[in-house]
Amino acid sequence: MDIDGHSGGNVIEVTGLRRVYAGGFEAVRGIGFSVARGEIFALLGTNGAGKTSTVELLEGLAAPTAGRVRVFGRDPYRERAAVRPRTGVMLQEGGFPAGLTVAGTARMWADCARRARPVADILARVGLAARAGVRVGQLSGGERRRLDLALALLTDPEVLFLDEPTAGLDAEGRRDTWELVRALRAGGTTVLLTTHYLEEAEGLADRLAVLHAGRIAAIGTPAEVTASRPSRISFELPEGHFVGDLPPLAAIGVDDHETEGRTVRLRTRELQRTATELLLWAARTGVELRRLDARSASLEEAFLDIAREREATV
Amino acid sequence: MTTLDLASSERGERRTSGRVRRLRALARAELTLLLRNRTVVLTALAVPLTLPFCVRPALDRLDLSGRGPGVGAALTTVAVGFSFLFAVHTALVGTYVARREELVLKRLRTGELTDAEILIGTALPAVALGLVQSLLLCAGGAVLLHTGVPRAPGLTVLGVLLGLVLSAALAALTSVVTRSVEGAQVTALPLVLATMIGSGLAVPVESLPARFARGLELLPLSPAVRLVRAGWTGDLGGPELLRTIAVALVWIAVAVFAVRRWFRWEGRR
Repeated sequence: MDIDGHSGGNVIEVTGLRRVYAGGFEAVRGIGFSVARGEIFALLGTNGAGKTSTVELLEGLAAPTAGRVRVFGRDPYRERAAVRPRTGVMLQEGGFPAGLTVAGTARMWADCARRARPVADILARVGLAARAGVRVGQLSGGERRRLDLALALLTDPEVLFLDEPTAGLDAEGRRDTWELVRALRAGGTTVLLTTHYLEEAEGLADRLAVLHAGRIAAIGTPAEVTASRPSRISFELPEGHFVGDLPPLAAIGVDDHETEGRTVRLRTRELQRTATELLLWAARTGVELRRLDARSASLEEAFLDIAREREATV
Repeated sequence: MTTLDLASSERGERRTSGRVRRLRALARAELTLLLRNRTVVLTALAVPLTLPFCVRPALDRLDLSGRGPGVGAALTTVAVGFSFLFAVHTALVGTYVARREELVLKRLRTGELTDAEILIGTALPAVALGLVQSLLLCAGGAVLLHTGVPRAPGLTVLGVLLGLVLSAALAALTSVVTRSVEGAQVTALPLVLATMIGSGLAVPVESLPARFARGLELLPLSPAVRLVRAGWTGDLGGPELLRTIAVALVWIAVAVFAVRRWFRWEGRR
């Protein structure tokens, strides 16, 4: 297949992917997904879920034990020469010689590429222009991450792999990085990233997959992933009122509930119906539901739910 | 030439120039790092110049007349051999391990450099240092030790080139079994000792029993040392020369195979 002849506008296609390390540990257990051109796709998961192991296979750093990876319709491991000039990579842990300067490191990378942006431009883009003459060994952890990002962007890649791009960055650095990622998407760059910052992934990713123990536990848009999780309603009952006074919970769509002192927490997949029935009951009986809070599941709650469920089934 | 041939030829030229550009970029960065590491530079430069004088008493006690090179040529050969061992092999084992443990090699693999280019580009400054040092040692030997011009300079050049390639390839192989930069000082020793004792650097091969010496010719750096010596004696030719070159090529092939198979691009997790 021609390098641009990949199917359906997907620039990344993964099917039945497995990765077993020497010693027998199976980090990736048969996953599949695709990423469309111009999309931001996030891989989420707890530590050890298989995110980095998966990303390294997509980057072509190792061959899969089984399954298939295609980037631009090519095997990124066996056809590195065809794939690499069109991709940018930021590893979770990638090193640079401590004795080279920031500019020297970037210049070396630029000279190794078929085409590259001017070094000064790219350093300015990640906020390292003032540190160009400083040796890499004297950079802070956050500055090294920004240098790593600069090198990933050096060739204006069509696909960018970012493994924990904001790890070790302060709040401002994280915000700047995400703004940069948004700008790249606006320019048509496809981004596959991993992150532990779920609220940021929720706001940034077009689609995401939640990995757990090497398998995909949930996949879809952030809204689709959170919609599959129960919403939450919480409130405090006044003195003299108890959960048993509420209408039959199952009848108003409550999946389960818990109480803590006067606080009641309900979980429901029918947020509107349950909330309506609850408010009608309160109006009928004249009970004030203090500190009433009703909301859909956040990505973080969905993520924790998935992790808990999977742990329970292991 | 057809249009297709022309296009294919242009593609080939582009590939070659791209390879040269990438190797030059990496080698330039490595040279900067090498020159900033005073300990490595001092060891690489000083050891080949000083160690030969430690073995000079042994050479002086031997009557080499008619059985090998003169003392001056023998000392120059020893110095070139030490250059292989310290300027190239020991220095490179440390460099490969340091770059691997710093995750530099892993990061480089995410770019456009091929695996072979990463290993070769990293090795180029040390190999160039070894080459310049060997040439200067030969020139210095000619002037200061009165060795004169080698009788068969082709053999000397071939020996130096094979020695440099072997030292670099064996350094990559040694790094496979080396976990830390400190450990490199230990894991580089077997080749150093084997070459010093068995390839004629510290113990002249003329002083060894013939059959034993014959077996030692199979050691990794023996062919290179033998060729450099033979440049002055001019006594290596015909099947013996082919055998010596074949031993060197077999070691290079073994090292390349082993590195392709077992080289680690990142530290153990």
